This record gives sequence, structure tokens and C-alpha cells, in this order.
Amino acid sequence: METYTWLRAFADSWHLLFMFLFFIGVFVFILRPGSSKVHDETANMIFRNDDKPAGGNTGSVRESRPSSKEAH
Amino acid sequence: MWDYIKLAVLGLIVVIAAIAASMARDLPYLVHMLVIILAAAVTFIWVIRRIGEPVPVANQNEYMDGPVRYGVIATAFWGVVGFLVGVVIAFQLAWPELNFEWAQGYLNFGRLRPLHTSAVIFAFGGNALIASAFYVVQRTSAARLWGGGLSWFVFWGYQVFIVMAATGYVLGSTQGNEYAEPEWLTDLWLTIVWVAFLLVFMGTIIKRREPHIYVANWFYMAFIITVAMLHLVNNLAIPVSVFGSKSVPVWSGVQSAMIQWWYGHNAVGFFLTAGFLGMMYYFIPKQAERPVYSYKLSIMHFWALIFLYIWAGPHHLHYTALPDWAQTLGMTFSIMLWMPSWGGMINGLMTLSGAWDKLRTDPIIRMMVVAVGFYGMATFEGPMMSIKAVNSLSHYTDWTIGHVHSGALGWNGMITFGMLYYLVPKLWQRQGLYSLRLVSWHFWLATIGIVLYAASMWVTGIMEGLMWREVDAQGFLVNSFADTVAAKFPMYVVRGLGGVLFLAGAVIMCYNLWKTVTSSPARKPAPAASAVPAE
Repeated sequence: METYTWLRAFADSWHLLFMFLFFIGVFVFILRPGSSKVHDETANMIFRNDDKPAGGNTGSVRESRPSSKEAH
Repeated sequence: MWDYIKLAVLGLIVVIAAIAASMARDLPYLVHMLVIILAAAVTFIWVIRRIGEPVPVANQNEYMDGPVRYGVIATAFWGVVGFLVGVVIAFQLAWPELNFEWAQGYLNFGRLRPLHTSAVIFAFGGNALIASAFYVVQRTSAARLWGGGLSWFVFWGYQVFIVMAATGYVLGSTQGNEYAEPEWLTDLWLTIVWVAFLLVFMGTIIKRREPHIYVANWFYMAFIITVAMLHLVNNLAIPVSVFGSKSVPVWSGVQSAMIQWWYGHNAVGFFLTAGFLGMMYYFIPKQAERPVYSYKLSIMHFWALIFLYIWAGPHHLHYTALPDWAQTLGMTFSIMLWMPSWGGMINGLMTLSGAWDKLRTDPIIRMMVVAVGFYGMATFEGPMMSIKAVNSLSHYTDWTIGHVHSGALGWNGMITFGMLYYLVPKLWQRQGLYSLRLVSWHFWLATIGIVLYAASMWVTGIMEGLMWREVDAQGFLVNSFADTVAAKFPMYVVRGLGGVLFLAGAVIMCYNLWKTVTSSPARKPAPAASAVPAE
């Protein structure tokens, strides 16, 4: 019973607060300034590498984004 | 060396399973051991025939689509099986004589009903999820599947799980928990397969060559991890004997009921919703050739959905021994869930903004859009039914069955059909589908089938709910239970017909996909220009 009471009190207070703040934090993070560019880039990622994996380790993948703007 | 270890292990499994089969205390256990012997022996022969041959080196510059192809075939096959069993049990309810005397104890409604639910959810839906997860995670990570042959183990291991579960149901081996019917042995096997699935998926994500993890992969990840957690907690049970299929659950009383519906509702939430949303966020933008309407909204959809869904289970236990506060909590979270669900629906539909003309010309897009529409309708109806006052009318009636099927046939079924139509020409390098006309036929048969199904279940559900609560001036109940059964007969026939239409559509799809692979012109290799990244 001890354990239950303790866990119950913790769940009702600190953990609830943590979950709430984490949840709000997620939304704040999504809407942070500068996120739109990242999100646009990511949303268009599905239009490349359709037939085979990205080649080799030369150069970062970020540079091989020919279609991200055309797709709009 | 590795091959010899494999052979030794497989041989050991055959021997142990054979001993267990000879000691078996009940028929389902015996059958399961025979299934294991068969599966291990076939694998043994397969390995031994290839021993000493040079091992082909996996080309890291190619995607691993073998398991995806097999998964697509398995999805179509189990889909037709599951729909067929559904049609049979629908008519068994309308005409009880179809519970044939010679098949009592094997093919009566009680035995076939879990066979139907598991076949459509876990065999049809599960194979669709595994195949599409393997396809999507490779394309969005720009990397080959991690783990070499492990993805093959996931595919075949999952089929063995399906066969074990299905034979168990028909022979009466069940835990009696809805959607968690398989007994301990089958549960343990699924756990092993599922961990392998998680490893393949996470391994591919970790070695990805894209900076970001695309939102579809987040949904797939939530689906895999949460289903693992639900499966483990709800199936905690102690076998009566290692040589028998029966087990005793660890949970009891109202805790048992709560854990069962925590499991049951999140099986809907994470298996049938999160996983299939992963499909939606990849295949709809691909088919529409436009990025998702709002990527921000898709991330919000994800976090809000997983934060809220996990609490909604208690609404299955309104007006039971479950404490009132828990019932109210479940109801409240169910209603809040309406928001992320509709956010996701709007996001899926608006992806087509500026390309709505495709609805006229592309029956695959039409299928996907109807799927998202049914997602919206089912996720509106669900929260409404979770309100206690509404639930007092709808609970235990056919309205629930109608709600489940508008979600399962409309949302899960239609988005899976869309995915299959998209994938098959890609996977078998065809220029396109064999026939778009047949896709249109499938679309209309399935849609009309769902409408007949859902509408008849609304009518019969609300009717029986009202009949059950009707009291006369003296306070006596007006109707006996048998009165409601008699009154439902016409709606049961309509429901069965709706199922027949839906099944017919799926059979047409199988024919169309078969012809696509066998007689559609092959796709020419992609022109070099599109394969080389621009420098």
C-alpha cells in the first residue's frame, strides 16, 4: 500500500507536471523560429532516393537536394 | 560456420518440438508443435541445400525489397481470407443454421469470430504494416534494411505466428481476451518476431543517410514500440504446463479488465491508427506527388495522438466495476483525441490542395482520400460514443460493430488497398497497373459495401439499444432479448451483403495485381540523370 500511495501521489503531481510541460514544450519546439526551413526540406525528402539508397559517404546528403523546390 | 550453427539450432528445435508433441496434453498444443516442426524442418532443408555455396554479398546500394514483395502478397492473401471469414460469420448471425452441426466446436460463430478479427487486424493489417514499414523506412532513410536476413525472419516468423494463432482459435485455444486471444506459446513466439522487427526498423533508422527522420517513421516507431509494451503487459500469464496450451493470467478482477482494454484500445490506437498513419504520411504525398500539406501539423498530430490515445481505454468499461474517476478519465481523453485525429485528417486531405483534379483521373488517390475521410468519420464517432450518456445507449449493441468496421474497412482497408496499388508496379518494375478500370470497380464495390455495412449497423444498434431500455408504465421491460434478435434480421442480411461487396472488391484487386505483375509492360530502367545526385 505504501508503494501505491507514494506512486499515486507522484503521478498526480510531479509526473503530471512533467508530462504537461513536455507536451507544451513539443509544440513550442515545433513552432520555433527557423523550423519551417527544416520542415520544408524534410517534407520533400520522400521525393528522392526512390530507386536506390543515397550513394557513398562523399559529401553530406543535405547537398543532394535537387528536387525539393521543384516539387512545389 | 554460421550455417552449421543455424542447422544445429534448427535440428534441436525439431527434436524438442517432437518430444513436446509426444507429451502434448491437448490438441491445439499438439498442432502448434507440428507447425513448429514443419517450419523448422523446411528452414533446415532450405539452409542445408545452400550450404557451402558462396554467400551473395548484399549490395548496400540497392534496397532490400524481397521481404516487401512477399509482404504485399501475404497482405492480399490474408485480406481475402479474413474478409471471407467475416462474410461467413455475418451470415451465421443472420441464419444460425449456418453453424453446421458437423462443424460444431470448430467452425461455429464462437470459433470463427476471433479468426476473423485476428485475420483482418493482425494477418492483413500486420503484413501491410510490416511490408510498408520496410519499404518506407528504406526510402526515407536512403539506406538498405539493417540486419541482413533478419527481415526475412520477421516476415516468415510472422506468418508462423498467424498460422499458430489461427489453428489455435479453430481448436479452441484462447485466453478469451479480445484481440489478445493467442495463448502463451504463440505470444512468446510473437514477442521474438516483434523484437526482430524493432531491431530491423531501428537499425535502418540509425544508419540512415538523411539528416531527419521523416514523420512516417515516427508513427511506425510508436506503433512497433507501443505494441510490444501492450503485448507484454496484457499477456502476463503462467502456463499450467509447458506441454499444454492453457495458461492462467497474472491479472485478476477489474485490474484484469482495465489492462485488457488498455491493451485493446491501444491496439486500435497504435496498430490500426499510428501504423496506418505512417502509411498515410508516405503514400498519399507520393501518389499525389506533393509534399504533405503541413509538416508542422504532422508532428503535432504525432505527439498529441500518442500522448492522448494511451489514456482512452477505460471508455470500454463504462458503467462497470471500474472506478468512476477512471471511466471519466477515459471519456475525457477520448474526447480530446478528436482534435489530433481531425488535425491529421485535414493534413491528409489538404495534401491534395491544388491537385484535386487527380480525384477524377486517379482511382488510387480516390481510394486514399476516402480512407482519410473514413478516418475522420470514425474518429468523430468514437469520441462521441465514449461519452457516458451516449455509451449507455450504444454499449453492447451493433452500433459498436458498425463503428469498428467504418474504421477498419474504410480507413485501414482503403489505405492498404491504395498502398498495394502504389507498391506493386514499383516493386515488380512495371510501368503501371494492369487496369485502372478494375481499380474503379474495386473502389465502388468497397465503398458501397462499407456504406451498407455501417448504415445497417447504425440502424440495428440504435434500435436494439432503445428496445433494451424500453419500459412500460409499470416499469417492466417491454422487450425480451429474443425480440431484439428477431427485429435485427433484415439489417443482418444487409450487413452480410455489404461484406460480400467488400470481399468482391478485394478479389478484383488480387486479379488486377496478379495481372500487373504477369502481363503489364516492364518499366524501363530509370534514366541515369535522375539517379545521379546533382552536385
